[in-house]
Amino acid sequence: MLYREAGQFKSSYAADQQIFPIRQDRIAVGAVLVFAFIVVPLTADQYWLSAILVPFLIFSLAAIGLNLLTGYAGQLSLGTAAFMAVGAFAAYNFLLRVPGMPVLVAFVLAGACAALVGILFGLPSLRIKGFYLAVATLAAQFFIVWALTKFGWFSNYSSSGVINAQKIEILGYRFDSPLSKYLLTLSIVAVLALAAKNMVRGTVGRSWMAVRDMDVAAEVIGFPMLRTKLSAFAVSSFYCGVAGALYAFCYLGTVEPEGFNLDLSFRILFMIILGGVGSILGSFLGAAFIVLFPIFLNSVAGPLEHAIGVKLPAGLMSNLELMIFGALIILFLIVEPHGLARLWQIGKEKLRLWPFPH
Amino acid sequence: MAFFFEVLIGGLLSGVMYSLVALGFVLIYKASGVFNFAQGAMVFFAAMAFVVLLQDHGVNFWIAFALALGMMILLGLATEKFVLRPLVNQPQITLFMATIGLTFFIEGLAQLLGGANVRGLDIGIQDEPIAAIANATGINVSRFDLAAAGVAAVLVTSLALFFSRTRIGRALRAVADDHQAALAVGIPLHQIWGIVWAVAGFVALVAGMLWGARNGVQFALTFVALKALPVLILGGFESIPGAILGGLIIGAAEKLAEVYLGPFVGGGIEGWFPYVLALLFLLVRPEGLFGEKHIDRV
Repeated sequence: MLYREAGQFKSSYAADQQIFPIRQDRIAVGAVLVFAFIVVPLTADQYWLSAILVPFLIFSLAAIGLNLLTGYAGQLSLGTAAFMAVGAFAAYNFLLRVPGMPVLVAFVLAGACAALVGILFGLPSLRIKGFYLAVATLAAQFFIVWALTKFGWFSNYSSSGVINAQKIEILGYRFDSPLSKYLLTLSIVAVLALAAKNMVRGTVGRSWMAVRDMDVAAEVIGFPMLRTKLSAFAVSSFYCGVAGALYAFCYLGTVEPEGFNLDLSFRILFMIILGGVGSILGSFLGAAFIVLFPIFLNSVAGPLEHAIGVKLPAGLMSNLELMIFGALIILFLIVEPHGLARLWQIGKEKLRLWPFPH
Repeated sequence: MAFFFEVLIGGLLSGVMYSLVALGFVLIYKASGVFNFAQGAMVFFAAMAFVVLLQDHGVNFWIAFALALGMMILLGLATEKFVLRPLVNQPQITLFMATIGLTFFIEGLAQLLGGANVRGLDIGIQDEPIAAIANATGINVSRFDLAAAGVAAVLVTSLALFFSRTRIGRALRAVADDHQAALAVGIPLHQIWGIVWAVAGFVALVAGMLWGARNGVQFALTFVALKALPVLILGGFESIPGAILGGLIIGAAEKLAEVYLGPFVGGGIEGWFPYVLALLFLLVRPEGLFGEKHIDRV
C-alpha cells in the first residue's frame, strides 16, 4: 500500500523515461537529499563528519565508478585505487602548476586525466575478458603507484613522495572546516551519482549492459565494441579520479602513492560486492557497510573485553577483524549474491503488497 | 657476457619459484574452473604453520612437514565444503570474489597463528654460489635456487604423472572438461574437488617453505604469489607446462629488465614489469602460450 505505483499515469515519453519514474522514489530521494544537506549538518559532530561521513561519501563515489565498469559493463578491474591515485595527484599538480586554477575545474581535469589513463589500461579489454582482464588491470595498479613514487615531478620532489593537498577555495570561500568539506563532498557526490543513475538508463548504460550480458550479441545488434568498452573504462576512471581527488583534498589532506595500494582496490571491490553489483544504490550501501563495519567491531570488542575480563592484544583484534571480514564476504556471496541492494528490492516488493499477503 | 648469463640463470631459477606458486592456481582452475585468488594466502599460511610447528613447538622437521600438510589438506577440504559447495553454479566471477574473501580469512588466520613479524626459516640448504661452477665458468649459481629448481622439477613430473596415469587424475581431467558429464558417468564431484584443493595445499606448502627459507616467512609472501598471476597469463590458465615455462620467462625477464632497463627509469621496475610484459603478451596471444583456444572473438 505504501509503495504502490497504481494511479501514476505517464502521458509522455519524457515522464516514462525519467530517472525516478515512481513518485515514491522521487520523494525518497528528495527526502534523503534534504536529510543529508540540512539535518546532518545541524546534528552531526565533527568526528562523524570528518571520520565517517566524508570517507563514506568518497568511497561511495569510487564504488559507483567501479560499479559502472564491473557491474554495468562487466569488466572486472582490480586497479581502482590506482585510478584514484591518478586523480589525487593530477588535482594536486593542476593546482600547483597552473596559477589561478579553480579547485572544481582542477577536480574535473583530474577526473579527465584518470579517464585517459583508464582508456590506456582498458585497451587490453578489447582482446581479453574475465580473469585475464583482472590481471591486466593489476598492471595498472602496480605501474601507476610505482610511477608516482619514482618520478619526483608528480609529488613536486617532496622527499618522501607525500603530497599536501592545497587549501580548497571556491569563489573566495575557504573550505577548511569539517562541515564545509562535508557539504562540498556531498554536493559533488550527489551530482555525480545522479549523473551515473542517468547514464545507466540511457544509450551509454544500455550499451554497457548489452556488452556485459553477451558481448557477441551486443556486437551483432550493432554496438561498437571499441567505443562501448573504452567509454566504460573512461567514465569509470573519471569517477574514481574525482573520488581520489576528494580523498586527498577533503578527507586525508596528505596522501602518498603507497596509500593507494591494492588493499584499497580490494576494499572498493568489496563495497560493490556487498552492496550489489550493477546498482548505484548498492554502491552507497556497500560503502556504508565497509566504512562502518570496523567501527562497529571495535565498539563491540570494547564491552566484550570488559565482560570477559581479558584484555585482547591489539594484533589479535586486527587479525580477527580480517578473518571476520573474509568470512562475511563469503557468507554474503552465498546468502545474497546480489548484495544489500537486493534486500532493498525485496523490501520494495513487500511494501507494494503490504498489508495484504498477496 | 658472464654477467648476462648470471642474471639470466638467476632469473630463470627464481622463475621456477614463481612457477611453483602458479602451479597451485592451475591445478584448481583446471579441475573446478575457480580462479583461486587465495593461493598466495595459502602459501603464506602453509609456511607459517610449518615455521610455528618447527620453532615454537620444537617438532621434528618431517613431522612438522606432515602436520603442516595435514593442516593444508584440512583447509582445502573445509574450503570445498564451506565455500565452494554452497556456491555451485554461481558465475565464475562470484567464485573469484569468494576466494578473495578466503584470502582475507586465511591471512588473518596465519597471522593469528604466528604473529606479524618476519620469521626466519632454515631448511638446510645454503643460499650461496656453487664454487665448482663459479670457478669453471665465472658464473655464480645459487645452490638454493638449484635445489628449488630440482624440487619444482620433481613436483611437476609427479603431478603430470598423477594427472595422466592414475584413476583419480583421469577423474580430475574429466571434471575439468565438463562437470555435468563427469557427474553423469559417476565421478564423485565433491570428492574430486576436495582432492584438488588438498593437492593445491600441498603445492602451497612446498612453495611456502622454499619462499619462506629465502625471504623469511612474512606477510609479503602473499605479494610473491601475486607475481604468479602474470606467469599464469603467459602460460595459460589451464596448462601445467605453461605455468613452468611462464614462470621461467617472467623470472628471467624481470631480472634482465631490472638490470638492463632499470637504470634508465630509476630502478624498482621488478614490481610491475611482469604485469606489463604479460599485458603486452595478451595483446598478441590472448590465450597464453599453452592455454586452450577459445573461439570467441569480439
